[in-house]
Amino acid sequence: MSETVINVENLSKRYVIGHQRAPTEGIRHVIESALHAPFKWFRSRREVKKQEKEEFWALKDVSFKVERGEVVGLIGRNGAGKSTILKLLSRITEPTTGSIYMEGRMASLLEVGTGFHPELTGRENIFLNGAILGMPKEEIVRKFDEIVAFSEIEKFLDTPVKRYSSGMYVRLAFSVAAHLDPDILIVDEVLAVGDASFQSKCMAKMQEARSQARTVLFVSHNLKAVESFCSRGIVLEKGRVTFNGPVKEALQHYAASLKIECPPAFADVIDLSNSVRRPGKYQPQLKRLRLLDSNGNPFPGTVSAGSGLKAVIEVELLKPSQQVDAELAFFTPTGERVCTAHSAYEPDRNTGLLSGRQIFTCDIPQLPLVPGEYNLHVGLDVALCEIDCVHDVARITVTSADYYGTGVMPSQGTFLLKNRWKINEAVATETKRS
Amino acid sequence: MNKLTIEAGKTERQYWRDLWKYRELFYFLAWRDLLVRYKQTVVGVGWSLIRPLLTMTVLTIVFSIFGKLPSGGAPYPLMVFCGMLPWQFFSTALTECGNSLVGNSNLISKVYFPRLVVPASSVIVSLVDFLISSSFLLILLVWYRYTPPANIVFLPLFVILAFGAAFGVGLWTAALMVEYRDFRFIVPFFVQFGTYISPVGFFSGKGGIVPEKYWLLYSVNPIVGIIDGFRWSVLGGRYSLYWPAQAMAVGWVLLLISTGIWYFRRTERTFADVI
Repeated sequence: MSETVINVENLSKRYVIGHQRAPTEGIRHVIESALHAPFKWFRSRREVKKQEKEEFWALKDVSFKVERGEVVGLIGRNGAGKSTILKLLSRITEPTTGSIYMEGRMASLLEVGTGFHPELTGRENIFLNGAILGMPKEEIVRKFDEIVAFSEIEKFLDTPVKRYSSGMYVRLAFSVAAHLDPDILIVDEVLAVGDASFQSKCMAKMQEARSQARTVLFVSHNLKAVESFCSRGIVLEKGRVTFNGPVKEALQHYAASLKIECPPAFADVIDLSNSVRRPGKYQPQLKRLRLLDSNGNPFPGTVSAGSGLKAVIEVELLKPSQQVDAELAFFTPTGERVCTAHSAYEPDRNTGLLSGRQIFTCDIPQLPLVPGEYNLHVGLDVALCEIDCVHDVARITVTSADYYGTGVMPSQGTFLLKNRWKINEAVATETKRS
Repeated sequence: MNKLTIEAGKTERQYWRDLWKYRELFYFLAWRDLLVRYKQTVVGVGWSLIRPLLTMTVLTIVFSIFGKLPSGGAPYPLMVFCGMLPWQFFSTALTECGNSLVGNSNLISKVYFPRLVVPASSVIVSLVDFLISSSFLLILLVWYRYTPPANIVFLPLFVILAFGAAFGVGLWTAALMVEYRDFRFIVPFFVQFGTYISPVGFFSGKGGIVPEKYWLLYSVNPIVGIIDGFRWSVLGGRYSLYWPAQAMAVGWVLLLISTGIWYFRRTERTFADVI
């Protein structure tokens, strides 16, 4: 039984970058220039549009088919166009060119709790959210008890959701979504919510969808989830499909593509102001990243396991802000975050008003990572909200070292754990002695 | 089995069918806004009575007692109230409608539905408010022992006109506000301006304070025709209808709604990208 339920042909989506920010777009400017020279304004409108706005193809000629009952994972780096595909499939925006054919009832979950209203009670929100996700009222009524049971919030059903803890909120939201039963389900990273037990519950629900021969399109950065859950993988790179096939091969292809293309030639001073690895929505405020070894010398690109690393992040704030924080994160080559050094973790940091040029220095006395390659990522937050970031600015290599002083080199996992062992020796004796 | 084809620039045909399919969402959004409107207030729905009552009092004091303007036959507060009802309906509907898209931007960027649902449901909320305030009109009529004439059967027509005018302008502002947040400042100003320029605190037409030679010019404002119509149907023949004003109102409403829908549809496809 192979029946195409989604057929995407030559799909492209163009965005115009800086559309809202361009100074020519404020209404004041439009009126002013129209008043100054009306005729010239009319003529110039079109030209201005062409010249001052950069076009950006989020998707370019994407074609693929999905058969009924398939679970397909979309894989790709940030900005590869995954979310854009989902947005087009769920009809939130229109394609610039190309077409999509779909058969069956489609539901998309780009976010849990879309349209939840904080003032409304849990009960009211179930109805509202259900309607927003496209459930007819009688279906919501029919499944109401099931939804409530799944979410485990019976007691708070008549409390406004603004008084919910964030965990309760997410559980309720996901429960509504989980009880949609569409023929085609489109999911974007929403599984990355809730605590571990709830997450496994969500995964079980997703597996159930699979066993019922639903068609699922799934986007995630959690490659393990993709691997265990999907049968086929589509790899996207810069808005194009570069691989479409069995999920194992897709993941290999993706990992390989990261290796070849991802990290720039290593340098200890990296200019960030014009980096292409910055999501399009951000204005560059991170200027430069300088890496030093533990002695303050330029970083050579490799560090032995357990040795130190210093990073200097230079920032130019566009407007004066309070609670400015910088972040340096380590990622595996397949894009999983290993750990994050965040200036917000510094207890006595300056949270006052900062403006203009800032220098954040991060000192990591020990880098307890298992030998291998790691990508660095820098970010900038104001009041804990990200305002700029650059992905994969550099790749560093952690080399083998005698971390435990025993000559045994650790190689499994990602972390090096300080640990002590006793063999055939009672713990109680130890405590007495000390 | 529902089949769906999405092609660049060819969504028109499905749109109106979808609009029907999503009517339930329309009820739910209206229901949500109604529920939320007076949550965590002490007086609750009472506000939709208190607001017009206070405005009526102030307008009566300023225009009748201080300004010594003619009332045209009916008690001044009653006359003012008949003008204020449609005006407050129009102005709140317009404001709510204009803000509706931006206020629901989280929905717009995350789920699909015909976007017309949003401004339409927000106008309904103002309509309900209007109906609640209208009950105060009944109280006033009883208080002043004023029997409405047979004209009252035409009242729904003018409610529809007011609804249409608010929806038409609202569609324009809602769509424009997505890209130009300037309208957030323009609309309140526009509403304030309208309160003085429209015959809310006084009456226009025969015996009113607007000179006869300016009637035509004055009636360019579609609200003039609507308010006149309200007074005519509730308070009777003393408040004559000025037909050009009625025609102008109908013309404006048709023009605003048709162009409003046209502009809304034209810009709708980019809402999620721009909002």
